[in-house]
Amino acid sequence: MHRLIAFVRKEIFHILRDWRTLIILIGMPIIQILVFGFAITNEIKNASIAILDNAQDHHSAALINKVLSSGYFRLETYLDSPVEIEGVFRKGKVKEVIVFENNFGAKIEKENKAAVQLILDAADPNSATMILNYTQAIIADYQASQNKLANLPFTIGVTSQMFYNQELKGVYMFVPGLISIILMLVTAMMTSISITKEKELGTMEILLATPMKPGIIIIGKVLPYLLLAFTNAIIVLLLGYFVFGVPVNGSLPLLLGEMLLFILTVLSLGIMISTITNSQQVALMISLMGLMLPTMLLSGFLFPIENMPLPLQIVSNIVPAKWFIIIIKTIMLKGLGFGFIWKESLILFGFMLFFLSISIKKFTPRIE
Amino acid sequence: MANDISIEAEMLTKRFGSFTAVNEITFQTNRGEIFGFLGANGAGKSTAMRMLCGLLEPTEGAGRVAGYDIYTEREKIKQRIGYMSQRFSLYQDLTARQNIRFYAGIYGMSLNQIREKTTTLLERLHLSEFADAPVKSLPMGWKQKLAFSVAVFHEPEVVFLDEPTGGVDPVTRREFWEMIYETAHNGTTIFITTHYMDEAEYCDRVSMMVDGRIAALGSPMELKQQFGVSTMDDVFVQLARPAMAK
Repeated sequence: MHRLIAFVRKEIFHILRDWRTLIILIGMPIIQILVFGFAITNEIKNASIAILDNAQDHHSAALINKVLSSGYFRLETYLDSPVEIEGVFRKGKVKEVIVFENNFGAKIEKENKAAVQLILDAADPNSATMILNYTQAIIADYQASQNKLANLPFTIGVTSQMFYNQELKGVYMFVPGLISIILMLVTAMMTSISITKEKELGTMEILLATPMKPGIIIIGKVLPYLLLAFTNAIIVLLLGYFVFGVPVNGSLPLLLGEMLLFILTVLSLGIMISTITNSQQVALMISLMGLMLPTMLLSGFLFPIENMPLPLQIVSNIVPAKWFIIIIKTIMLKGLGFGFIWKESLILFGFMLFFLSISIKKFTPRIE
Repeated sequence: MANDISIEAEMLTKRFGSFTAVNEITFQTNRGEIFGFLGANGAGKSTAMRMLCGLLEPTEGAGRVAGYDIYTEREKIKQRIGYMSQRFSLYQDLTARQNIRFYAGIYGMSLNQIREKTTTLLERLHLSEFADAPVKSLPMGWKQKLAFSVAVFHEPEVVFLDEPTGGVDPVTRREFWEMIYETAHNGTTIFITTHYMDEAEYCDRVSMMVDGRIAALGSPMELKQQFGVSTMDDVFVQLARPAMAK
């Protein structure tokens, strides 16, 4: 115990001495969550639109009011004639123009049928589609409310509701994903580098010639990074909660417990990497290329796994972060308990045992 | 007295596959002796040393270090030896004080003991001023002397030095050897490998390894007489040349 403390102390000195790395390790999660949360969102907020209201009656006014009060759109300008439409798009001022036909309200009331034209700037097809969908949904909603008033004998209303992330907030997706990326990076990469560093410098040999047991050396090496990773995860959780309002609907102890499980899994992955290589460079490359990329791309963090081609879907199963993201979303967003995630937890646990057994097999306490 | 024997190797052998790195070496060292372990590169010095330190399991033969068996009592051996390798044994980004404290800590010394001895040691090395500067900022010679001091800080019975004076100027080497003498005088056995033949002359006894075997063993004087030459350099060349010519 005495020895372990001495070792951990030394490890902490290393980390503190290298304050640049420390700042990166602490600062990176904060910056990432802010960037992902504020900048890279795939939701619509205040999309600027223009309106050409040829009808100018109470139905068009009511619909315009409904669109603008939804919070998704901001009125840039009213247009007076169709010739202006192209002009506002060219200036890049608006994403969408809503055109009401003549006698819009009158037609609704008399013919039960009226038309609205939506013109979109599809230079950015993704957001154009999204804006289109949002607008259509609002119009359909308005139509439904009017139909109800008219008390028609037969109306089919489609009610859609987004579960778990009702506001379709991108940040809800990013926080769980980010936590797993950061835990992966800090723990797997930093532990593998710090262990191979001792090998590269030759100090590992000295350590093995001391009464320290190899297991204690490894524990001493990873313990500080475990703390660091946990701190990082907590920072991201707090930022998500206070800055973006990402809820923790499920049990917090369960969430922390699962985070610990994931940290231990990637720690053992880091240890395994350090047992197969002797150089920091290689450890870094393996961590970056072999861990970061699959974690970013195949875990469901950036791209939905269901949309991937089948071979990639199969490959995604061996990305530990995939299972962790499922777990963490289930707890944070759905608020469900352990009964719903025991399978995923078991898989992570299996990964951990697998990594550890390889490490133990490969780790030669004596130097060849 | 049996207690006076600090290292015992008997027919110690290490094979890697079909390659025999160390071939049936037998020797003994006494308490407080400076034992030079010489040989050309690849002659098996480091392998032999690693077996004695408990870093490597021997294939055959027997050995005892500080009275403990190198197969079954490694942990006890490790507690009683110090080890300084040719590659640097200090953490460059930590200060001298932190390095001392760390190594003393993993040998289980108490904090009071460490604090007291650290002050004495730093004063003796004239390092007090620089105790809190990272080791990498110290001149090479000081680092080497500090590394040696750290290796013997816990007062081991045997200290293994693997080419400790590589890349050090002659003056520092002289000072380094003074520290070795002092340590040996206090009863620690010094087991040292080196490529400097003048250093071999400083040893009480030396062994010459050639192709995994001990080809000669004795005091520098005895060896020079045995081979009819005037310097250790010539002894080395006579023994090592046939092997290297192969």
